[in-house]
Amino acid sequence: MTKERPTPVALIIDDEVQIRRLLKISLEANGYKVFEAANGELGLAEAAQRRPDIVVLDLGLPDMDGVTVLKRLREWSNVPVVVLSVRDGEDDKIAALDNGADDYLTKPFGTGELLARLRVAQRHSLPAPEAAVFQTGHLEVDLVARSVQVKGKPVKLTATEYALLQLFVRHAGKVLTHRQILKEVWGPTYQEQTHYLRVYMTHLREKIEETPSQPELLITESGIGYRLMIKPPSAETRDLAG
Amino acid sequence: MNADIRADPDKLLEAIQRQEGQQKRGKLKIFLGMAAGVGKTYAMLQAARKQQSLGVDVVIGYVETHGRKDTDALLAGLPVIPRKQSEYRGVTLSEMDVDAVLARKPKLAIVDELAHTNAPESRHPKRYQDILELLDAGIDVYTTLNVQHVESRAQTVEEITGSTMHETIPDSVLDMAEIELIDISPEDLMRRLDEGKVYMPDRAAVAMVNFFREGNLTALREMALRLAAERVGQDVRDYMQVMQIQGPWKTGHRLLVAVSPSPLSAQMVRWTRRLADSLDAQWMAVHVESSKMLSEADQARLAKNLDLARDLGAEVIATADEDVVRGVLRVARQHNATQIVVGKPARRDWHRFFGGRSFLRRLVAESGDIDIHVVRAEKSETPVTQQIFQMPAQLAWKQYLVGVSAVIATTLLNELLNPFIHYRAVGFDFLLMVVTLALFIGRGPILLTAALSAICWDYFFIPPVLTFDVRQPEDVMMLAMYFIVALGMGELNARFRNQEKAERQREERTTALYLLTRELADVVTLEQIVKVVVSHIDKLFKAEAAVLLAEPDGKLSPIASLGSTMKLSEKELSVAAWVFQHNTPAGRFTENLPLSGALYLPLTAPGGTLGVIGVGLHPNRPLNLEQNNLLEALVRQAALVIDRQRLHNAAQQAQLAAESERLSKTLLDSISHEMRTPIAAITSAASALTDLKTSSPPGFGDALLDEIKVAGARLNRLVGNLLDIARVESGHVKPKLDWCDVGDLIHVSLKSVEREMAGHKVEVAINPAIPLVRMDFVLMEQALINLLLNAAFHTPVGTPVQIIARVEEDELALTVADRGRGIPPDSIARIFEKFYRAPGAVTGGTGLGLSIVKGFVEAQGGRVQAANRPDCGAAFTLYLPITEQPIFPEENV
Repeated sequence: MTKERPTPVALIIDDEVQIRRLLKISLEANGYKVFEAANGELGLAEAAQRRPDIVVLDLGLPDMDGVTVLKRLREWSNVPVVVLSVRDGEDDKIAALDNGADDYLTKPFGTGELLARLRVAQRHSLPAPEAAVFQTGHLEVDLVARSVQVKGKPVKLTATEYALLQLFVRHAGKVLTHRQILKEVWGPTYQEQTHYLRVYMTHLREKIEETPSQPELLITESGIGYRLMIKPPSAETRDLAG
Repeated sequence: MNADIRADPDKLLEAIQRQEGQQKRGKLKIFLGMAAGVGKTYAMLQAARKQQSLGVDVVIGYVETHGRKDTDALLAGLPVIPRKQSEYRGVTLSEMDVDAVLARKPKLAIVDELAHTNAPESRHPKRYQDILELLDAGIDVYTTLNVQHVESRAQTVEEITGSTMHETIPDSVLDMAEIELIDISPEDLMRRLDEGKVYMPDRAAVAMVNFFREGNLTALREMALRLAAERVGQDVRDYMQVMQIQGPWKTGHRLLVAVSPSPLSAQMVRWTRRLADSLDAQWMAVHVESSKMLSEADQARLAKNLDLARDLGAEVIATADEDVVRGVLRVARQHNATQIVVGKPARRDWHRFFGGRSFLRRLVAESGDIDIHVVRAEKSETPVTQQIFQMPAQLAWKQYLVGVSAVIATTLLNELLNPFIHYRAVGFDFLLMVVTLALFIGRGPILLTAALSAICWDYFFIPPVLTFDVRQPEDVMMLAMYFIVALGMGELNARFRNQEKAERQREERTTALYLLTRELADVVTLEQIVKVVVSHIDKLFKAEAAVLLAEPDGKLSPIASLGSTMKLSEKELSVAAWVFQHNTPAGRFTENLPLSGALYLPLTAPGGTLGVIGVGLHPNRPLNLEQNNLLEALVRQAALVIDRQRLHNAAQQAQLAAESERLSKTLLDSISHEMRTPIAAITSAASALTDLKTSSPPGFGDALLDEIKVAGARLNRLVGNLLDIARVESGHVKPKLDWCDVGDLIHVSLKSVEREMAGHKVEVAINPAIPLVRMDFVLMEQALINLLLNAAFHTPVGTPVQIIARVEEDELALTVADRGRGIPPDSIARIFEKFYRAPGAVTGGTGLGLSIVKGFVEAQGGRVQAANRPDCGAAFTLYLPITEQPIFPEENV
């Protein structure tokens, strides 16, 4: 986080004045320079002109579909995008995520949640050197040695389970849709085989979660996919690592 | 004494109705004359001109002046409705254009010659029917009539003048008319005739000259005068009755005339009408149906006689009885008849003579205090053919064969027995055979069998054998006996069979109606009713049928209801429309529009005419009395059921409207409450934060912020609920079924209501054997959340809430159980209804949560259940079907 530019630039594309105002207050209070756009066309123009570090995009825009804005943006930019959506908008959220959005937030949301998502999205966009060892909570994954430890004890994973975990680690903190996961781990022809994913998620949770029935690391995003939570390393892990 | 002068309430009502009817309907004025040439048309046109000068809207519907100049002159200045021309077999005929007159809607229409017969293919066969339609439309009509054309007088005119009257009008038309008699002396008329002032068609000239003899004219004049006088008498009587003026009331005479298929019956009917007129009595025509089969021709004649009686104003009653005398007397007693009119057979037909004699004798003997008129009838045009036993040809042929075979068999058998028994015993064998056979075959075959038996017995058995000689008188007697026995048995048998047949017909009718009623009891839509009725008509009459129903705007639908089998052309539709408008049967075999392709009957119910049913009968086969009754009963039944269905639909709609009104009120009430509460909380907390003083206790600001968050969440949930119920209601819940992990589902749901469930201890029990279940994860999560919120909301803080997931047979059962007060037992059935809130429940909440649960779960092919737990608390269970498990990839560790 310390490697961020002094003043990150955020672009908010939303047609609701009140939402824009609130977001502006919150983001400026947290060190962002904020630009606003009230519709898709203006948003795309602003994005080209201001070169933001992060875009907050509402999916329900008056002039064009949020997913269309995203697609057009992605034609020339890799700027991290967090989409805002309403409940029951699962299809839109999935479409946005599959089309290059980095994360989503369901209205209404808290400012803390928003800032956390923005940070995760921004970090992934930075060309940070990949660490050989990844830690979250009591979990430690050594990407070079392909070994996994829970509370300092090695855990044996099958090849698929490891591939799955590795994917989550690479996108730690980010939501991954079912299709994205299936495509990455099983291949493009398996995109609809969600039962594979359910079974392997259960297996994986049994191996890495402290209480598999109440997962803390591999979180279900209902109707969308899963997310590996980033948590401060727990005492046991730190001890062993240190 | 008192009874004699008291006005009969029925009569009174009738008189008032007549007056009222006349107020609404047009008034009919008949210019009555004794014969052609008395100046009726002239007088009528004069009256019309007078009306026109008074400002009345008068039109000429149809007037024939026959080129008489003075009459023509009267026409000048009166608007004439052009006649309707029609071609019939190469001849151009012109008739009054009824529709044009109706469309013109004058106050008064002038229509000449009331008794005229219309051109074929006109709407009505008779002009008087056209005029009735004009009257129905509220148009006054002036018309002309000669006395010889009055139905009840036609017979007498025939007797006086010797010429048959074909164009007659029913007396009931006269009953509703004001009559103006145009009277000149016969001498004057004769003079006018000589002067050529009387129009006569050429071909009838000779007949007409015969007709216009002074003697005839005097008789006709007397009849016309009498008719007019009788009418005046009746008008005065009506008036006196309405005005309660005491007068020489006649005691309530009621006449009854027995009607049979005989052409003589028509004379009886006319005679009775005249008697009824002079007595000012009500009268009825009765037909007693027995098991005797009537030929087609007889049935047609009977129907005609009954129609005549109806036209003449009689109440027509048909009853069934094997014994005609008993039937007539029963009806007479039921209807308080005081006098019975029967015919006296004129010819010495031995069969009828005996039959007639015994009929009269019995009638006189058994009638008690009822007077009997025996009227001499004469001039039978067509003999009555009574086919007592009509056997299909093929069947008869077979029966003859059976008879002959039986004789041969008996002869052969007795040839074998002959050596052992006396030839007289053989005679008894033959007799036994004849008697036995008589039970099974018709009269003709049995007579043949008897004759053959006699011949065979005589020839083969009576000594001297192989001759026809008979020497013993006993043998002669025996031979004669064959015939007597055969005849007697045959007659008995035929009667028995006819009776059985009639019984069967009656039973069939009852059964048909019963079946119809039963089938109609089960149907729920109009379409089904139509289908049932049409199929019954098809079954009973071998005819196609179509049902046209009234539309909400009161017009007849031009499209046959679904289920109809008969196709309706434009022309047929107009017939149906006419039937609907006039609530009168029309079409084939009726008086109205008889050239239509089908018979149309109105569906009449207490609420009015509901529609029309068209029956495509065989064009040349009219229904007999029995079938007619059955069809009428069937149509009546159908009308009642359709009426019931309409009322039911209307009631249901009203109930629905009331229900939806109640719902929208509930919705508004609960929504406004549910919205205002969190908004109030947010507003007051925010204003408190604005005023926050530094002196406030620490944590005060945080508590206020917390309140705002809670209120926001509550508002959010409310909007979510409203959106969800809208989706359920509009049927837009389209679940995306996917294999899901039940444990994951429970965990996710619990997580999102963590804050709300904070006051309860949640226990989760998941059977580890639960496989993946196909469901829409988001919908199920929402359903489960709603159940949890419901539990949290309705149970005291501190009580536990359990979530139990298990497999029951082939279903996933997901239960949320609490330890609250439980559901009131009579609310369990309604707890999933929207806006339903169990009595005594905690205030707040929209009453939508559980109905959303139900909608979401059912959309996924599942079901919901609410119950009280045995000890205490409520349990809500969601069931989802567990289908075959998907195939999983095998992988080694």
